[in-house]
Amino acid sequence: MAQELLFALYVFVLAGFLGHHVISKVPHLLHTPLMAGTNAISGISLVGSLVAAGGDFNQLSTILGCIAVTCATINTVGGFMITDRMLKMFRKKGAPVGGGAH
Amino acid sequence: MSASVINFSYLIASVCFILALQGLSSPKGARRGIIIGIVGMAVAVGATLFHHKIVTYTWIIPGLIVGSIIGAAISRIPMTKMPERIAFSHAFGGLAAALVGVSEFYTHGIHLDLVTRTALGLEVFLGFLTFTGSLMAFGKLQGFITGAPVTWPGQNFTNIGMFFGSLVMLVVFVSDPSLTVLFYAMCVTGFLLGILAVLPIGGADMPVVISLLNSYAGLAAAATGFALSNNVLIIAGALDGTSGFLLSMMMSKAMNRSFANVLFGAFGTGDSTGVTTTALPPGASVNQATIEDAVGILAASQSLIVIPGYGMAVSQAQHAVRDLASALETRGTTVKYAIHPVAGRMPGHMNVLLAEANVPYDQLFDLDDINDEFARTDAVLVVGANDVVNPAAKKNPKSPIYGMPVFNVEMARSVLVLKRSMNPGFSGIDNELFFAPNTMMVLGDAKKTLLGMVSGVKAAE
Repeated sequence: MAQELLFALYVFVLAGFLGHHVISKVPHLLHTPLMAGTNAISGISLVGSLVAAGGDFNQLSTILGCIAVTCATINTVGGFMITDRMLKMFRKKGAPVGGGAH
Repeated sequence: MSASVINFSYLIASVCFILALQGLSSPKGARRGIIIGIVGMAVAVGATLFHHKIVTYTWIIPGLIVGSIIGAAISRIPMTKMPERIAFSHAFGGLAAALVGVSEFYTHGIHLDLVTRTALGLEVFLGFLTFTGSLMAFGKLQGFITGAPVTWPGQNFTNIGMFFGSLVMLVVFVSDPSLTVLFYAMCVTGFLLGILAVLPIGGADMPVVISLLNSYAGLAAAATGFALSNNVLIIAGALDGTSGFLLSMMMSKAMNRSFANVLFGAFGTGDSTGVTTTALPPGASVNQATIEDAVGILAASQSLIVIPGYGMAVSQAQHAVRDLASALETRGTTVKYAIHPVAGRMPGHMNVLLAEANVPYDQLFDLDDINDEFARTDAVLVVGANDVVNPAAKKNPKSPIYGMPVFNVEMARSVLVLKRSMNPGFSGIDNELFFAPNTMMVLGDAKKTLLGMVSGVKAAE
């Protein structure tokens, strides 16, 4: 158990440092898409909800799992869609309108 | 599907998520990054569907379908509603984490080991706190709840007490798992604290609050990862948590306020009309200008800097701003936009609105990049911004916003301020800039005023 925790803490701390490194490079310009994007990514809690909703545990677990699946799906699907919609709008001078940044 | 295949898919997903965030370091690679993120998510979710513990899809499929429909629907909202949209999705993120936590505890209960109990306790506390806190932020932004801080005696004492009380409960619960009631009590305190902690925070402090809730939603997801020993959840949660934390630090810094001050200061009174803390020069008077006067100034200017604020979002004036800029550009005027980090109600709010109005992003400048240019600029157009152009932040140590980095607007040759009325801004402070001899106030709805200016400039050919 202690070993497992230590391993998980390693992952958490290193991911945090990596996140700091990657995210401090995001310009002010893209801070709203960053929030929407990280939101979509944290919708990965869907993988936990799926097991709760589809597992053979108990009724409460199934119901809570189902609600959690719905919430996490809203974030994932909605988060990626709106991030892409925003990013499509950012263009440089002279670039075609609505062409987006590719 | 075997556990190692699923775990491998989580590794792929983790790499994809990191690449997706890396893509956001420039608008160029950003959309490709998002595609990579979607691929990562699809791989992880697809593999999990074959998890050996999943025996039925009866409850999974409706959840996926309903969630996708709602998710797609709320992605079509107008860009001016983006802060509300983001707050709303933090609420869902928090709720999903909290419910998984409750379900996990209810199922395995006292058989859980110490680490899992700790993780679950944190997960439900942070999850419910994020859920109600984000709903409150949403309500404030949407106007369901007053944007002004709601305060009551002993408020900070209650809130801080509840926070530490929950920590104590967590410690006791972790050391004695038979006290299951404490687990559910933590759910309740998280739920209540989310409401009570956001109520006293003013509308203009929302950029910090939304970023902080973003961070909490991430930490709740990471706690889920600890409870389920799931690395992709830990990694995604850590990324989300760091991102929100970094953003809220940046926002606090851009207001020269500490975290503690934002959370417990009950600052930012929405649309207060009182409190004059700046001593205005005696005999100060306002130069009110008509649209025609403003057009005269604009038409004679070689260079213009536009400073948008929350008022631009409120009157949905971003397209009108762009029209005016285009009309002036065809006359040979150089137009730039100066964006303050806390302009609007969330990080990057103004950038998104201007991008929606097809303003090229190479015309948008950060505070530090443009602040030296005001002295060389003919005209500045302030559209619904107030505190970010208040010279008191530089000159008056008694001012509540003293020390906040602001634009050197007063150094430009002439300043045009579009404002609904002469009421002070969110901090309730008079703005000396509005009384300066080279400032002209054009009062009224920003969008109407701007459209009037567009026809004026076009007619002046």
